[in-house]
Amino acid sequence: MTLSAQGLRFAYDQRMILNDTGFEALQPGQLTALIGPNASGKSTLFRVIAGLLKPTAGAVHLGDLDLATLSTRARLKRVCFMPQFFAANASLTVFDVVMMARKNLAGWKVSAADMDAVGEALHSAGIGHLSEAYISELSGGQAQMVSVAQALIRQADVYLFDEPTSALDLHHQLDVLSRISETIRARGAIGIVALHDLNLAARFADHLILLRQGQVLAQGSPQEVLHRPEIAATYGVDIHITKGPKEDLVVHAYTS
Amino acid sequence: MSADTTTPLSAGEIVGAYRRRTARRVLLVLLAALALCTTILIDIITGPADLSFLRTLHVIVDPSVATVKEEVIIWDLRMPVALMAVVVGAMLGVAGAEMQTILNNPLADPFTLGLSSAASFGAALAIVLGFSVIPNVGGLLVTVNAFVLSLFASLALFAFTRLRGVTPEAMILVGIAMLFTFNALLAFLQYGASELQLAQLIFWQLGSLARATWPKVGICVVVLLIVLPYFLSRSWALTALRMGEDKAAALGVNVSLLRLMVLAGVSLLSAVAVSFVGAIAFVGLVGPHIARIIVGEDQRGFLPLSALAGALILSGTSIASKAITPGIVYPIGMITSLIGIPFFVSLILSQRKRHWQ
Repeated sequence: MTLSAQGLRFAYDQRMILNDTGFEALQPGQLTALIGPNASGKSTLFRVIAGLLKPTAGAVHLGDLDLATLSTRARLKRVCFMPQFFAANASLTVFDVVMMARKNLAGWKVSAADMDAVGEALHSAGIGHLSEAYISELSGGQAQMVSVAQALIRQADVYLFDEPTSALDLHHQLDVLSRISETIRARGAIGIVALHDLNLAARFADHLILLRQGQVLAQGSPQEVLHRPEIAATYGVDIHITKGPKEDLVVHAYTS
Repeated sequence: MSADTTTPLSAGEIVGAYRRRTARRVLLVLLAALALCTTILIDIITGPADLSFLRTLHVIVDPSVATVKEEVIIWDLRMPVALMAVVVGAMLGVAGAEMQTILNNPLADPFTLGLSSAASFGAALAIVLGFSVIPNVGGLLVTVNAFVLSLFASLALFAFTRLRGVTPEAMILVGIAMLFTFNALLAFLQYGASELQLAQLIFWQLGSLARATWPKVGICVVVLLIVLPYFLSRSWALTALRMGEDKAAALGVNVSLLRLMVLAGVSLLSAVAVSFVGAIAFVGLVGPHIARIIVGEDQRGFLPLSALAGALILSGTSIASKAITPGIVYPIGMITSLIGIPFFVSLILSQRKRHWQ
């Protein structure tokens, strides 16, 4: 089952955000990085894929299924969307909110299996010690890690992460992205993660989509996309790509 | 970030801590229920009429032993009052809890957002002008007017929440604006009222359980039994809403529909409660806040405990209203305000603390 989008259009009031946006089939078990400057339409594209915003034209397909034929609720069970960084001041513990994601609004009772799953998720995310803390007491980075744990505890065909590393330190950026890419691979799910850091994108993604002013300018392997002239033009910088010590791509950017 | 500085907890330890907290929550809810049973009993036993503790207990357990006088005092006067306190307290507790949840504001409650003053204005229309919002309601004139006006005020509030870019602060301001508007309108009516009407109006506004009758208790119970199960069934969605609209929507919560439905339920609860017992301040504010401190905002615990806390406060107030001066029953609205104002101030002062940062 693959994920693809064709001819998506979306505007807030008169301002066009997505302008004939589409991407070719994204494969299961692969992580795609959605890159592009601020206000290029990344969050809007996610919301349209998740079904939270209705495009004025175009369609999103999961395999042969047109996602527009599903109810919002049914769609959000197959497409798990993690919105950008949140800060809530509720008297809810970390355990409570991850449990809420696990229950996914269904069934009042919490079973032993539910509790074990949440315990395991918090343990493996390295935030077990925060389990009984109120979310209002978390730092920005901790809240973001909780958010990722909430997304990963859900079973879905497609996972969309909107800038999951924006508030994290270096160690946790690598940790969170490894966990996301491992989970996507292990579940054979389709993952898209919006990233600002091209080096992280090059390192963790199997596939890149470059978005600018609501249009997909390039799509393909990091090797292909990062060498395209559109990258430099999109960000307005000079870009040089070299190989790192582990044969990974390293992006050097200079203001032109 | 402190993620690496602490020894990682095993999954089992994490679950253990959650289980202990859940057990503690259940225990606290049970204790609150037990405390409520006690206050109901005390409420029935105490009163201006000279009936002994044991005799009253005997009559409650076995109504057949009662004299006619005892039957009237206990079954027709004290029981409806005691139960009305409990049911109305629970209604206001639940209404306040959900209003705070959907408006994302700890100061939201039927009183602070002007619903009670709308009800008072409705009552004044009936008492002073004899004007009925809905024609031909007969003896229920005051109640129906209060109900309709308070429902109107919540609709106005809801219409405002639908506007784009409305912040919780703006919501509270609109609520306060309504409060003052209705108070001003009320003042106009009071100015033109006769002495008798004025006395009647002020007594209504003070909030009293003395008007409680079995049918009124029945109506309140029915409304609570319609609204509370609905709220409970939406527990996860309401909990999700506390994490922000974005998060809730991503989980599949239809946020504006949920707000609409919950506001409808809250309006019904507060309109019925206020129209029967008058403007009772702060129960809807204090009840949920106590519940929040004790069990947090997982609605599966928060909602029942808000109801219990509201019921406990009003039941306790009902006892206090008889105990202050023997032989006199003070209107409970006076007493809840006296308790409520210091609490309200401390709530504002402690807002930077953990529960509402």
